[in-house]
Amino acid sequence: MSRASVVGGVLVAIVAAAAAWILFVGLPRWYEPRAQAPGAQPSALPAEAMRKIKASLFYVSEDGLRLAPFEREVSFGEGTVEQARRLVEAQLETPAPPLTSAVPAGTRLRALYVSNNGDAYVDLSRDAQSGHPGGALNEILTVYTIVLALTSNLPAIGGVQILVDGHEVDTLAGHVDLRRPLPKSTRWVEAAKGGPAAPTGEAPRAPQGP
Amino acid sequence: MVALDDLAPIFQLTVREDALAGGLTVSHRGKTIVLTPDQGLASVNGRLISLSVPPVRDGKRWLVPIQFVTRAIAPIYESRIELRPASRLLIVGDLRVPRVVVRHELLGSQARVTIEMTPAAPATVTQEPGRLLVKLDADAIDASVQPFTSQDIVQSIRTADTTVTLDLGPRFGSFRSSTLASEAGGGRVVVDVLAAPEAGPAQPAPSTQPRPEAPPPVVTAPPGMRTIVIDPGHGGQDAGVHGASGTLEKDVTISVARRVKAAIEGRIGLRVLLTRNGDQAVAPDDRASVANNNKADLFLSLHANASLQHQLKGAEVFYLDADSYGEEPKKLPPAGAGERLPVVGGGTREIELIPWELAQTRYVEQSGLLARDIEEQMRGRVLLAPLPIEQAPLRALVGASMPAVLVEMGFLSNPEQEQQLASSDYQNTIAQALVDAIVHFRDDLERARAGLAYQTSAAGRRPRLPER
Repeated sequence: MSRASVVGGVLVAIVAAAAAWILFVGLPRWYEPRAQAPGAQPSALPAEAMRKIKASLFYVSEDGLRLAPFEREVSFGEGTVEQARRLVEAQLETPAPPLTSAVPAGTRLRALYVSNNGDAYVDLSRDAQSGHPGGALNEILTVYTIVLALTSNLPAIGGVQILVDGHEVDTLAGHVDLRRPLPKSTRWVEAAKGGPAAPTGEAPRAPQGP
Repeated sequence: MVALDDLAPIFQLTVREDALAGGLTVSHRGKTIVLTPDQGLASVNGRLISLSVPPVRDGKRWLVPIQFVTRAIAPIYESRIELRPASRLLIVGDLRVPRVVVRHELLGSQARVTIEMTPAAPATVTQEPGRLLVKLDADAIDASVQPFTSQDIVQSIRTADTTVTLDLGPRFGSFRSSTLASEAGGGRVVVDVLAAPEAGPAQPAPSTQPRPEAPPPVVTAPPGMRTIVIDPGHGGQDAGVHGASGTLEKDVTISVARRVKAAIEGRIGLRVLLTRNGDQAVAPDDRASVANNNKADLFLSLHANASLQHQLKGAEVFYLDADSYGEEPKKLPPAGAGERLPVVGGGTREIELIPWELAQTRYVEQSGLLARDIEEQMRGRVLLAPLPIEQAPLRALVGASMPAVLVEMGFLSNPEQEQQLASSDYQNTIAQALVDAIVHFRDDLERARAGLAYQTSAAGRRPRLPER
């Protein structure tokens, strides 16, 4: 056997192996849904960072009176606390127009705790108060944006208390009582339009985020 | 300070000293006041009240501040008790005892006597030889006559029972009188006493004074509703919503609050208190406490709204969403149902244990009724938001121990509404609607009470709301 034919044989073998990998491993993986439900089989760390869950995030409804739920992909977090953190962080991101968030722009999540009885304590940066434009309705929608982002996505969380800058607060802008955890309230969620659609219906006017 | 022994026979009180516990129990028809010597706090039928001076022992007698009558006895007594320290009067029962101030002034050849009454009472003026009698239709009057120099038209003014007597002098010729209601629920009788013409046929010149317009109807204060607290939202550093053209929520709220106060006092003669009278900050708890400490029958918090959707317009009325407070309010005993708890020294005592901060949860139903009355009165007069009645866990309302609502008078985030909210026209319209709603609400309560036949309304007694 000449040296060249040995090299050629090895090359053919490598190409064949690569083709087989693409055919039997790569392509099926490519066609797999990208978002995986939490609790799916554990995978390597880079894949973990890519994992997403589908969740409802809340923005001011068109008429301004309620919060409208939109289905979004939120990065997967291991366990309730970590997932809660990811949900609030996603909710705090400034949405693309025409969506409007009732939470003042620039508000950051400082910390998040979950008590044994299922109450989440969401510690927001000072901006939640200092950047608040006021008005009872506005403030109600701000508070319930956070309450609903957690309680409607995580059944383990029964109530939410908002803290500001590490401290308990009376209110954000003088109206909504924040001195104890607020339970989930669907009162402030916009009624589904047109028939018995799921509360987290498709969002036709929402641009698809990355 | 007054001696408890002196108060006991007047109010049919039983005073019992608890030697073991060192306390004093004062009871009246099954209702109890518990006093502790040297402590400025007393428990009145289970509710804590504060006294300016603690009760002290003076030999065998116990002395309490006079305030004890209004703060401790009044809540457990079936008749209305009113203390007027200035005139040293204690009014028990639903008696009409207007304050009356009599002034005299000399205007050329006539004397004008003005009788100011708060609240207004019907008056009749009759002439008797040598004097004019102004009879006021009231149970008693609490009168003061401002001193004046006697002259030969009106020589002196006296008051006795419910009559003001003007003693006439030799120059008396004729008189005319007029009655009118004043702005703040009071009334006024003006008696012009004219001197007789000196000589000739000169008739008294026809009065150039415009005749006073017919007084607006004065609705008497309803039994069961006496005090209203209005809470102008925000204040001081906290300006509330800033409108795009510079209108501040805190300015709109105080302005409307003052208009409501003036209108209520003028029309229904109720006591109206504001949680702030100027541009100052008020702590959240202090707003409801003004109402609780003054035993207000109604709490009205005024605000202006804001939305990120700038097209949103209209007024909204909020009342408490008790569900937001979890299971705790549902476990509370219904209003009026106290628990019998053992007390130090033996025996049991009825006590109502209600967390201060959840007081409103027991009035939610009535607050909803009030919200609907307000919505009804505003409809057609001001634009209402698409969902005009809302419920939320509102900080200003939760501690209020009486029917309470928060009115969002419009959206400062909408340019058109900002202009309206800053205008006195709109503010007056809102104020008027609120006053009308209060009158309706009072009537609703009266009807509910009549249907309940909860307590008979004997003369001089006021039926109590079952909730109080």
